[in-house]
Amino acid sequence: MSERAAKIPPAEEEQDGDPITDSAAPDAVAETADSETTDPVTTGAEAVVRALENAGVEYAFGVQGGAIMPVYDALYDSDIRHVTMAHEQGAAHAADAYGIVSGEPGVCLATSGPGATNLVTGIADADMDSDPLLALTGQVPTEFVGNDAFQETDTTGVTTPVTKDNTFASDSDRVGSDVSEAFALAREGRPGPTLVDLPKDVTNGETDREPDAPTVPDTYQVQERAESDLVAAAAERIENASRPVMLLGGGVIKGDATDACREFAIEHEIPVITTMPGIGAFPEDHELSLEMAGMHGTGYANMAVTHCDTLLGIGTRFDDRLTGGIETFAPDAEVIHVDIDPAEISKNIYADYPLVGDAETVVEQLAAAVDESPEATKWRAQCQQWKSDYSMAYDAPEDKPVQPEFVVEALDEATGDRAIVTTGVGQHQMWACQYWTYTEPRTWVSSHGLGAMGYGLPSAIGARLAADDDQEVVCIDGDGSFLMTLQGLSVAVREELDITVAVLNNEYIGMVRQWQDAFFDGRHSASDYGWMPEFDKLAEAFGAEGFRIDDYDDVADTIDAAIAYDGPSVIDVHIDPDANVYPMVPSGGDNGQFALAEEQL
Amino acid sequence: MKRGLEGPPPEERPTPAGRRNKQGIRIDPEVEATHEPRRTVISALVEHEPGVLSDVSGLFSRRQFNIESLTVGPTEDEDRARITIVVEEPDPGIDQVEKQLRKLVPVIAVRELEPDAMRRELALVKVAAADPAAVSAVADMYDATAVDSSPETATFEITGSRQKIEAAVETFSRFGIREISRTGTTALARGTDRTAAPGATAQSADEANHNETSQTADDD
Repeated sequence: MSERAAKIPPAEEEQDGDPITDSAAPDAVAETADSETTDPVTTGAEAVVRALENAGVEYAFGVQGGAIMPVYDALYDSDIRHVTMAHEQGAAHAADAYGIVSGEPGVCLATSGPGATNLVTGIADADMDSDPLLALTGQVPTEFVGNDAFQETDTTGVTTPVTKDNTFASDSDRVGSDVSEAFALAREGRPGPTLVDLPKDVTNGETDREPDAPTVPDTYQVQERAESDLVAAAAERIENASRPVMLLGGGVIKGDATDACREFAIEHEIPVITTMPGIGAFPEDHELSLEMAGMHGTGYANMAVTHCDTLLGIGTRFDDRLTGGIETFAPDAEVIHVDIDPAEISKNIYADYPLVGDAETVVEQLAAAVDESPEATKWRAQCQQWKSDYSMAYDAPEDKPVQPEFVVEALDEATGDRAIVTTGVGQHQMWACQYWTYTEPRTWVSSHGLGAMGYGLPSAIGARLAADDDQEVVCIDGDGSFLMTLQGLSVAVREELDITVAVLNNEYIGMVRQWQDAFFDGRHSASDYGWMPEFDKLAEAFGAEGFRIDDYDDVADTIDAAIAYDGPSVIDVHIDPDANVYPMVPSGGDNGQFALAEEQL
Repeated sequence: MKRGLEGPPPEERPTPAGRRNKQGIRIDPEVEATHEPRRTVISALVEHEPGVLSDVSGLFSRRQFNIESLTVGPTEDEDRARITIVVEEPDPGIDQVEKQLRKLVPVIAVRELEPDAMRRELALVKVAAADPAAVSAVADMYDATAVDSSPETATFEITGSRQKIEAAVETFSRFGIREISRTGTTALARGTDRTAAPGATAQSADEANHNETSQTADDD
């Protein structure tokens, strides 16, 4: 392929190359950081890998293939640990989870065509959840692009709607800097996925140009501080509130604003609700915590969000699963909305006090501006009353099949406070939200906005590599979700990753079955598997440790053994197939009218 | 066993009196204000690089923004292009259009133009020329320039506001219009007012919220 690289017109190289030298002084980077310790780059592919190394990348997740081979060849000599995944979707999810847990962009690689399209689910997931992710995809040589060549897909075209930004690399001299810039864009401001498409001639092409440092382009601007007059007005509103709540979204965790938010809430005794991505932003065992609001949020959180008069929403995009029907969402509340992305302000819910800026910075601004705590003693008592009225206590008779809530609580009990939970999507995910008590940020890893079944196992792999050694990683999965990506077990075994997968197995696509019972006259169209492989035995075939739970008596000991096993373990937990998730606000419904049982829907 | 959770059922719970409208704005249920769509011109200064136009048009289709026209062309700076978009949206929608456009990395600056901005469109109108004198008289009325003629057809170039072009097309239609091609609106702000310039880009939080002034884009 190298002969194609030589065909790049020299004039174009000069045109594209000169401004880079002028503006960003890559030579300085090369001299100070690299050339003393590492060999100079000789190809585009080496520049790509050098860009990752310069950015501090430690892990990459991917699958080999024709068009990405030059990059893999350069990776062969790098200290970056590459985890070969079983499927590109898994690579994207693993990188996404790595980004959630570490706070630094996770990196995934795939070849052109099917490799790239298989990444799309994971990229879309990262886009919906604003997770920092860098995807590098191989592409057919530039001269073949547009000819429907073997394994050619218009990757930038396909991924434009689901990336924060993407780039088609067109020049071997520039490709390293393209990767640097994409890495910076994934991380800065509101995080998100970026992609660089790497034609094989560009990665094979010769260059001695060291990549620029990872910086965002000039056109990308982030407002860190909210305007002081708006902060003052919002602070006054908080002081005068009689029914205040804080609603903490995923942006609180991504913006490392957890401590600032906790201090603010505790100082002013404001009840705290989280969104699903915001789980872990506030300790759920604190008396001010009302836990999660929304479709399957707690009754008390939904009552509080419905009846509050002042809602301080931080790092949340007011997703429909949170708000229910817009008409009935916090209808008496003046909304103070803190977000780093101006486009989220008043997108779904009108912000009376729009505070654009970094979550931690703005909360600190608010903390400085609020002189008196709101007088909300009565409101706090009301919230406590709701906590007792709408307790999450569930029925678990000994003579019935194991209830899933019990299993989630047992897993929580068997692990430390900083244990990381990953999930697939569906009923098991909601039980994992509701019945695990989260106290720390970056311990809840899930597919929120996209709702991608199959997220659980690959994300556990990514989370494991980002987590500290003393943090357990538990994947609470569903049988349907697990079946979608369980080939990732081969990766977990090969890489000797200590993760525990608990499959809450009801042999249904359970959430669909629950909706069919509620809204489709119980007609279980295509939701009833009726049969599932024996996941414990399947795990053994992969070389993982398999366990099975059928009765309450098995639960504690089996979980202890699975957690204790040093390596990947799978527990096939046969739960009550008729178990449902409550409370529930039907789609577009009124949060305050959540159902506690099916007949209330 | 009992399914579900304990607690007061929905009908026994207190309910708040307030409501929001579809745009998430709190309303007095008695007098619900609705945001009517209005037509306006949004100008974006962008990096002149491949893919920007497709990013912008993709954004409009993905977010269901209602656009009437979109034009793009080079500017005085060869590295930059200007995109002019005529949208028809309620105020919150226009606000979203501006903010979502600004988020695209190659976009340098975005603004909604004042109602008095200069707007121009060009149309080529090919009419049946059975009565050349009458056709020519109509052309004169609209300062249209003949760019092509044949025994059966005459093609005119008309430049002006959208309304002028629509009026011309309507008047020409009595001769029988064979084909029309229109460019869509391009626009610049008047006087020293800058159309969409770098520097005026960092969106203030004030601007980040809805712009409540209700402008209508009257063509000049």
